[in-house]
Amino acid sequence: MCIGIPGQVVELDSDSPGNAWVDVCGVKRRVNIRLVCADDAAQAALPGQWVLVHVGFAMSLLDEDEAQETLAALQAMGEVEPDVGYFLNGGITNAVR
Amino acid sequence: MRFVDEYRQPELVKGLVARINERMQQTTYTAGHPLQIMEVCGGHTHAIFKFGLDKLLPPSLEFIHGPGCPVCVLPAGRIDACVQIAMRPEVILCTFGDAMRVPGRNGSLLTARQQGADVRMVWSPLDALAIAKQHPDRLVVFFAIGFETTMPASAMTLQQARADGVSNFFLFCQHITLMPTLKSLLSQPDVRIEGFIAPGHVSMVIGQQPYAYISDVCHKPVVVTGFEPTDILQGLLMLCEQYVDGRCTVENQYRRVVPVEGNLLAQQAMDEVFITEGASEWRGLGVIDDSLVSLRPDWRSYDAELRFQPDPQPVADDPRARCGAVLTGRCKPADCPLFGGVCTPENAFGALMVSSEGACAAWYQYRRSEA
Repeated sequence: MCIGIPGQVVELDSDSPGNAWVDVCGVKRRVNIRLVCADDAAQAALPGQWVLVHVGFAMSLLDEDEAQETLAALQAMGEVEPDVGYFLNGGITNAVR
Repeated sequence: MRFVDEYRQPELVKGLVARINERMQQTTYTAGHPLQIMEVCGGHTHAIFKFGLDKLLPPSLEFIHGPGCPVCVLPAGRIDACVQIAMRPEVILCTFGDAMRVPGRNGSLLTARQQGADVRMVWSPLDALAIAKQHPDRLVVFFAIGFETTMPASAMTLQQARADGVSNFFLFCQHITLMPTLKSLLSQPDVRIEGFIAPGHVSMVIGQQPYAYISDVCHKPVVVTGFEPTDILQGLLMLCEQYVDGRCTVENQYRRVVPVEGNLLAQQAMDEVFITEGASEWRGLGVIDDSLVSLRPDWRSYDAELRFQPDPQPVADDPRARCGAVLTGRCKPADCPLFGGVCTPENAFGALMVSSEGACAAWYQYRRSEA
């Protein structure tokens, strides 16, 4: 909950303005991008970029090296964040530890 | 996915530890009177234990594990109020996985689900809003917990609910804000904390400026720090250098993620929806002034507590539990009479045992054999 997950923006979600499809460890997830894009031009520039995702929202832009470092650290700490663990292990499940 | 060694950069770790040792020798701190540094974030706490960072450091330096885990400081009475709402047949209660296991006086949300309540785990408040749209005949409550990392998401979700005209969506607000708690800790008379490792991702939202109170008014240095082992050691070294140089300021070890001003769009969203005023209760810490986060008057039609009027649930912390003393560095988890016996991760009694990010749970998991 407190630690974000890096993901790479694949494309803007044409069905849902203010959202984009983001790839996190191979899982594609719709993410709200309004907190990192002040306007349409910023949204148009987003595909291909890395973002830090918190509870469904992109909260900051990352460079790719930082994104990979953070992903590696998250995997090393696996058990720290159950929500992140669920997500990295294949999206939402109804299971609770 | 790639997997990593426990220390991905052993040489860097050794170098940082050597420099911290060097700097600490230039100070007057000793094993008997160590320099106490508080790491505020539960993610930091867990990383320190998992990677044994405290064991690499000189005995003249001591980590105090702070209140930065929203699950740990969640009062049992708030869970009871949520369970009461969740048991209503017309309600679907949604929350993050972390919040589902936290025990109230009458069990957790997970046990409420086993008793028939419709409790669902979501990854985002937007998922809860989607459930509300799918079930217009039900009342969907999002139990919103977390510091400033999740607060903008809650704010944006309510704005979306209003824009979409969704009238069966409500928020049970248990958001918390960091600064009043740190100020309260520092105002206690026998607390010896000398500096802070500030949380990276909260700071990504709020920026560096709020910590100026800690450095300028309380005269304690602050370093905003990432959560990898090398980040934490580097943050610690930056703090040590401030003591050696006689400086006291806010520094940013995590520049690659945390802009000085934070995320302005996120701050704006929070400010539009939430207001921080009045006292609120924190598990393990008691009542703290000016720490209550609630919905602004314009957003109260989404307030689950106004809609469902749950009974007030004052639940005092057990007087034997020493959560507050652990949180302020006045004792270690194993010094608490309940630790490991009455209070374990499987049957958490006190705040800090509830989440794996809590100081007592981390101590239990990694250090119990030494107790």
